[in-house]
Amino acid sequence: MGISIAKRILTYVLVLFGLSILIFVIARVMPGDVARMALGPRTPEATVEALREEMHLRDPIYTQYFYWLGDIFKGDFGVSIISKRPVLDDIRIYLPATMELVLLSAVFTAFFGIVLGVLSAKYSGKWPDAIIRIFSYFGVVAPAFFWAVLVMLLFAYLIPILPSSGRIGPGLTEPAHVTGMYILDYLLAGNTAGAFDALKHILMPAVVLSFGGISQAARITRTSMTENMMKPYASAERAYGIPENKILFKYLLRPSLNSTISVMALDIAGAFAGAFLVEQIFNYPGLSRYCLQAMLNKDVFAVSAVVMVFGVIFIVMNFVTDIIISVLDPRVRLAARGEA
Amino acid sequence: MKANADPRYAVEVKDLFVSFRTFKGYAKVLNGVSLHVRRGEKISIVGETGCGKTTTVNAIAQILASQARIDGGEILFRGVDELKMGKKELRDLRSGGISMIFQDPIASLNPVFTIGAQLREVIRYSGADGANNKEARRRMAMNALAETSLPDPERIMENYPFQLSGGMRQRICIAMALATPRDLIIADEPTTNLDVTIQDQVLKTIRGRVEDKGSALILITHSLGVAREVADRIYVMYAGNMIESAPADRIFKKSLHPYTQALMDCIPKLSGGGIAGGIAGRVPNYFSPPPGCRFEPRCRHASAICREKMPGMSEVEEDHSVACFLYRDGR
Repeated sequence: MGISIAKRILTYVLVLFGLSILIFVIARVMPGDVARMALGPRTPEATVEALREEMHLRDPIYTQYFYWLGDIFKGDFGVSIISKRPVLDDIRIYLPATMELVLLSAVFTAFFGIVLGVLSAKYSGKWPDAIIRIFSYFGVVAPAFFWAVLVMLLFAYLIPILPSSGRIGPGLTEPAHVTGMYILDYLLAGNTAGAFDALKHILMPAVVLSFGGISQAARITRTSMTENMMKPYASAERAYGIPENKILFKYLLRPSLNSTISVMALDIAGAFAGAFLVEQIFNYPGLSRYCLQAMLNKDVFAVSAVVMVFGVIFIVMNFVTDIIISVLDPRVRLAARGEA
Repeated sequence: MKANADPRYAVEVKDLFVSFRTFKGYAKVLNGVSLHVRRGEKISIVGETGCGKTTTVNAIAQILASQARIDGGEILFRGVDELKMGKKELRDLRSGGISMIFQDPIASLNPVFTIGAQLREVIRYSGADGANNKEARRRMAMNALAETSLPDPERIMENYPFQLSGGMRQRICIAMALATPRDLIIADEPTTNLDVTIQDQVLKTIRGRVEDKGSALILITHSLGVAREVADRIYVMYAGNMIESAPADRIFKKSLHPYTQALMDCIPKLSGGGIAGGIAGRVPNYFSPPPGCRFEPRCRHASAICREKMPGMSEVEEDHSVACFLYRDGR
């Protein structure tokens, strides 16, 4: 067990190292003069030249990379060209906002994806299954920004019950920064009204962000459930008199979850980076919107740092998935220990 | 409903018709199957693969696949027709009344729960005394394992199915089926997937445990030898019909139906002869069955009437019935 974890951590380190080279090169070869864009068109050439010197832009790209990597090990990710603040400070503000959004949408994805998948399998071939399958086709096919506009039109304009943008209403002050997630921070401060307001703001983007994942999870759960329903142990459990719903939600669901969880984890990790359209439409100050703006402005340090953060998130999600699956499935767990 | 039930019977199937929905239409799998099992009696249903043995017992346990349709007949359990039972009565039937041992012990145990968890759950829904008490459930589970002569029940309770051998798994299935008192145990080819060397032990365990508990048993097998070892009475099935039934030793001494006789000839004998030639032809088509006897195309005694009419079961001597025109008066 210990060796396999050590092996895995080594792999993760190598992956991050590779990712850092990749993103550094891509960020530098993008067209545009970094120093010129940072200082604006009216700055005298001498000043720009000085910045180029300071950023080592005249050196070969591999030298630049080692300067950058060296700074990272010192905890310095550079200064953002747009915000003029250290990139790390920006991430500290924007990451929790996206984290809050993605976590809530992950809860929706897990709950509705699995429940709809099980119901779809239970009524396989009948009308509830048909409805769920049509919904999941749309969920997979139509992109999140389509749902964003639709939902916003419905619940912010036609039936105005939810706010259409931002993280909190105009009358509220931001909660003291503890986690950076407003709902949690308000609750920690004992401000339930604030938490409720933050929840109302985050509800629409989170729901919209979860549509794709729900559809995907429901379809995969349905497939593995219907497959497992044909297994003799399903008949056996029925023959022993175990109630139908318990068979479905406990004895058939558990062995069916492996592929659902793997796909769901990738969907959730992807949502961190893929949330930018939703964040943009709901004017939600999150990390992927920040990353998008950084890309448009050739903010090399910000882009590289944010992409590294996304990389770490993917790795963490992978790790968490492996753990969840090995908890749910003894075959995986014991195989890892070499007992099977 | 109870008026016409015979109290000596654990289960009685009357004239059961079942068909399966397929791409080609409805396949008529059971064509008027009747059988009865007396309380505490051990019977065996023998027949080729695909003749409807499993469909018959799945109908009795009410676990037919969703494509199956019951077209007619009655299944009387404790004198009540299962086909008219409501949801709750069916639950009671499954949990306290009937239990099953399946063909494939690898696939009939849930792969991701421990043996103990599965056993306790079965006991929990069995309606047995003490099934509501957690500690009692555990004790009953351990007992059930010990009674099927599994070594170290304590450890096995913590094991997952894939950590055990095929023979142990089948013993666990037996323990599950018999952990609590049941009127009827159905064993669907319980030894087919096992190593030859342990088949015999498993059969002995089933027989012994059923006798201890006083349950009735329906054993499905395609081997007359296995049937004889366990059963008091044997039913022979062919293409969705019962064709002969008789006490086990009787059927070995004097089988009447040409198909049963052919099956007997297929049993390899140690003294002389070697392996027999088998039965020519194949199991017939289920979609548009001809009107006559289903065995007629393969039968060496076939005559004109066999092509026109299906022979019904008729008793030729006590407890010995056969569905063949050879044994009808006025043939």
